Amino acid sequence: MEAADALSSAPRRSAGRRLADLFHGRPRLQVSALLAGPVGWLVIGYIGSLVVLLAASFWTLGELSGEVEQTFTLDNYEQIVTEPVYRSIAARTVLIAALVTVTDALLALPLAFYMAKVAGPRAKGMLVVAVLMPLWSAYLVKVYAWRTILSEEGALNWALAPFGLDGPGYGNVAVWIVMSYIWLPYMVIPIYAGLERLPDSLLSASEDLGAHPGITFRRVILPLIFPAIVAGSIFTFSLTLGDYIAPQLVSSTQFIGTVVFANIANNLPLAAAFATVPIMVMVVYLLLARRLGAFEHV
Amino acid sequence: MRLSRRSKLLLRVGSSLTLAFIYVPLMIIMVYAFNPSRTLTWPPSGLTLDWFGKALDNPGARDAFFTSVQVGLVATAIALLLGTLASLAVSRHRFFGRETISFLVILPIALPGIVTGVALNTTFTQVLGVDLSLFTIVVGHATFCIVVVYNNVIARLRRLSTSFEEAAADLGAGPWQTFRMVTLPNMRGALVAGALLAFGLSFDEIIVTTFTAGAGDQTLPIWIFTNFSRPNQLPIVNVVAVLVILISVIPVYLAYRLTRDEGTTGPATTAA
Amino acid sequence: MRADPRSARWAWLVVAGLSAFVAAFAVGCGSDDSGDTSGAPTELGAAEGEVNLVAWAGYVEDGSTDPKVDWVTDFEKETGCQVNVKIGNTSDEMVQLMRTGQYDAVSASGDATLRLIDGGDVAPVNTDLIPNYADVFDSLKDQPFNTVDGVNYGVPHGRGANLLMWNPDKVSGDPDSWDVVFDKSSDYSGSVTAYDNPIYIADAALYLMEHQPDLGITNPYELDQEQFDAAIALLKEQRKNIGEYWSDYTKEISAFANGDSTVGTTWQVIANLLEADGEKVKTTLPVEGSTGWSDTWMVSSEAKNPNCAYMWMDHIISPDANAQVAEWFGEAPANEKSCALTADANHCDIYHAADEDYFDQVFYWTTPVADCGDDRGDVCKTYDEWVQGWTEVKG
Repeated sequence: MEAADALSSAPRRSAGRRLADLFHGRPRLQVSALLAGPVGWLVIGYIGSLVVLLAASFWTLGELSGEVEQTFTLDNYEQIVTEPVYRSIAARTVLIAALVTVTDALLALPLAFYMAKVAGPRAKGMLVVAVLMPLWSAYLVKVYAWRTILSEEGALNWALAPFGLDGPGYGNVAVWIVMSYIWLPYMVIPIYAGLERLPDSLLSASEDLGAHPGITFRRVILPLIFPAIVAGSIFTFSLTLGDYIAPQLVSSTQFIGTVVFANIANNLPLAAAFATVPIMVMVVYLLLARRLGAFEHV
Repeated sequence: MRLSRRSKLLLRVGSSLTLAFIYVPLMIIMVYAFNPSRTLTWPPSGLTLDWFGKALDNPGARDAFFTSVQVGLVATAIALLLGTLASLAVSRHRFFGRETISFLVILPIALPGIVTGVALNTTFTQVLGVDLSLFTIVVGHATFCIVVVYNNVIARLRRLSTSFEEAAADLGAGPWQTFRMVTLPNMRGALVAGALLAFGLSFDEIIVTTFTAGAGDQTLPIWIFTNFSRPNQLPIVNVVAVLVILISVIPVYLAYRLTRDEGTTGPATTAA
Repeated sequence: MRADPRSARWAWLVVAGLSAFVAAFAVGCGSDDSGDTSGAPTELGAAEGEVNLVAWAGYVEDGSTDPKVDWVTDFEKETGCQVNVKIGNTSDEMVQLMRTGQYDAVSASGDATLRLIDGGDVAPVNTDLIPNYADVFDSLKDQPFNTVDGVNYGVPHGRGANLLMWNPDKVSGDPDSWDVVFDKSSDYSGSVTAYDNPIYIADAALYLMEHQPDLGITNPYELDQEQFDAAIALLKEQRKNIGEYWSDYTKEISAFANGDSTVGTTWQVIANLLEADGEKVKTTLPVEGSTGWSDTWMVSSEAKNPNCAYMWMDHIISPDANAQVAEWFGEAPANEKSCALTADANHCDIYHAADEDYFDQVFYWTTPVADCGDDRGDVCKTYDEWVQGWTEVKG
């Protein structure tokens, strides 16, 4: 009797259930509700700010007053394109960003491979912790440590002295070393994750077919983890592209970030115009990365 | 995969070199934390524990540490919420512009910090007329932390078959119940990993923070930056850095254990 | 879970339109530069409890750098105004910080003051509310870089010159001319240093005043195209021998301590700190004269703690505090009575506090503007052109 009663009477619809009913069968409403927060935040908040910055790049400074005037002009862009110093600064920054990315990939691969495929479970845990911990040590402190290491009477020269060698001192090479150092964990983790996802059976199969490890690496592993490498490279490339603190501490050369920073107070339009260079570079890079599959499994 | 002894050896050497590269500078920082001299010359002139005492006493450092923790927690919470929502939408539905979401989410972290910082600063101060404060710092941090959570959660969701959720629905669970009892527990590891990475990012961030912080606001990186300008405080900064590294072992290890137990890291791989 | 392309697309269009609208609104509103141009207060109210300052390193010491160097703690106890100081490393930074409106007062050099006044970021100052102003050297009052149309915008802090510093172990003889960092800089290639700021172009112009009189430079901040190009060329030559530039003073300290720099321009306080750490350095004011600064404490037009700001200004130019800061930083005090209170009785003589002839040789930092101030008209290079020139120099 009770069972029949229970079956025949409809369950009480709580407010939550009614709300759920509203969404049921209406996928676009579900999507909109889910995306309202994140997309609203990112598009209105973030993209909006970028648009403001972009608008500023078309403004100019008053002739005599030096104040920002909101009159449309392409002068700033003309300047950064025609004057050689801005071109060389941009080229230098992109080149070093690329170098850092390649260096980090080369440094990360053996370590990530060891962690994913060779290390036992205890060692693996310790290694992951070991790689992640430097991320928590302050960026500034690390850069300053390198500043002292690379200085004239610093640890590097001290270590190389018995061999009669000299460290690179400050300059572009120093920036390359320091940036490679700081962003290395950002490259190790994605590559490690990618290698972990690689089923051992593939590697065994390759071995069974007679390939020795070198061939397996080149023909099997590398293509499969290439998207992971690209995903890691997004970080190393963009973080190097925009940094102005490290270059200032270990070199006297100028990078995109240093010029933008120097011009913000006096010449916001020029700073904004120059800031669009890394934006354009990164957008192209991201599109390339998407093509290469970096966004598939991150 | 069977590796020859020689390959294993080369691998070990390569890994050790990389690890050495990572840790030698950190060791040097630790050595400087014991260095009595104010200027950081090498080799250090001696050893002393004085700076540790001064660092623990230093109210500026303590306040900055707690401010950083506060900012990190709030920014991580926001990033968790928004990142999860976005990844649920992208992994469980198909809609116009779906691929763009990944692109959009990664933009704040892919664009150089100075661009994000200047853009946000201009918007806050010139357009919205909002004073810079902890709130604006949190907004900045949350924006680039979303992607970290998003990447972790969506990777997990993609591997989580929808059949569980459908089964729950068949058994009469409403969407919220399904989410709470089926989806969420399975995502827990990814959420924790994402939260920890996001917190770490926020905790150490300096460039965007410089542009979004108000006059009196000091997160730990800002405190460090300011104190690099004060010769007497340099060694204290090193001590603080060392302490932070040591403290950070705990959450990092926790993160690793949680994600490993979930199998988020993929098939078990105890190789030969 | 079927998607409905049309309505989804519509939703995206709405989002796009909304953001474009917001952006347009933002751009249209733009920035409001005029700031709050209310006049100076006529009387002081009660202390607000705190004051936020932007200052050069060494100007606001509370004992944390050196326990014996402290003129802030007393002030805080007397007035109840808790002092929070943000160190500006360059005038550009200070201008930027003051524009945020989040600080109450700033110790601005001549190359920042006019920019701040023009931009409406600082308010006129009623010197009647600052009792110690009466004792300031007359030659420092009502100067063109802090007084506009008879309206005072601040109180003088002190003045000094940029000096040449060298490591006597690495630099032979005792240089007395700037040529060691210019024409003769190749002797010390790789370890010459210079101040990393566009205003340093004036130092090059100053050098050319003596060594290339044909250019006709009379004021190193008023450079027409030919003079400017010559200065830039000189700096590009110098660049080849520069080890590193210094933009904040701890960089120069560590550079000299670590042997990365052996000769270059400096502030006295940097030499003081190096000597306190046991490093050997010597300084001098070279024969060509030097650039220098005369700093002014100014109040923000958006100050949240104006009363404490005025109390601070009165305190910092009081005889005792001004004597202490002048000695610590290595400059001439602004208050005449400070000369009797310095620990080193000769301090004022050494820094030529009352010697107007000396300061005629020192060209204070000032903002380069288009108006040359003489019969050349408006052809001089403006500060943003100096910034671009400096970018070119550094390469």
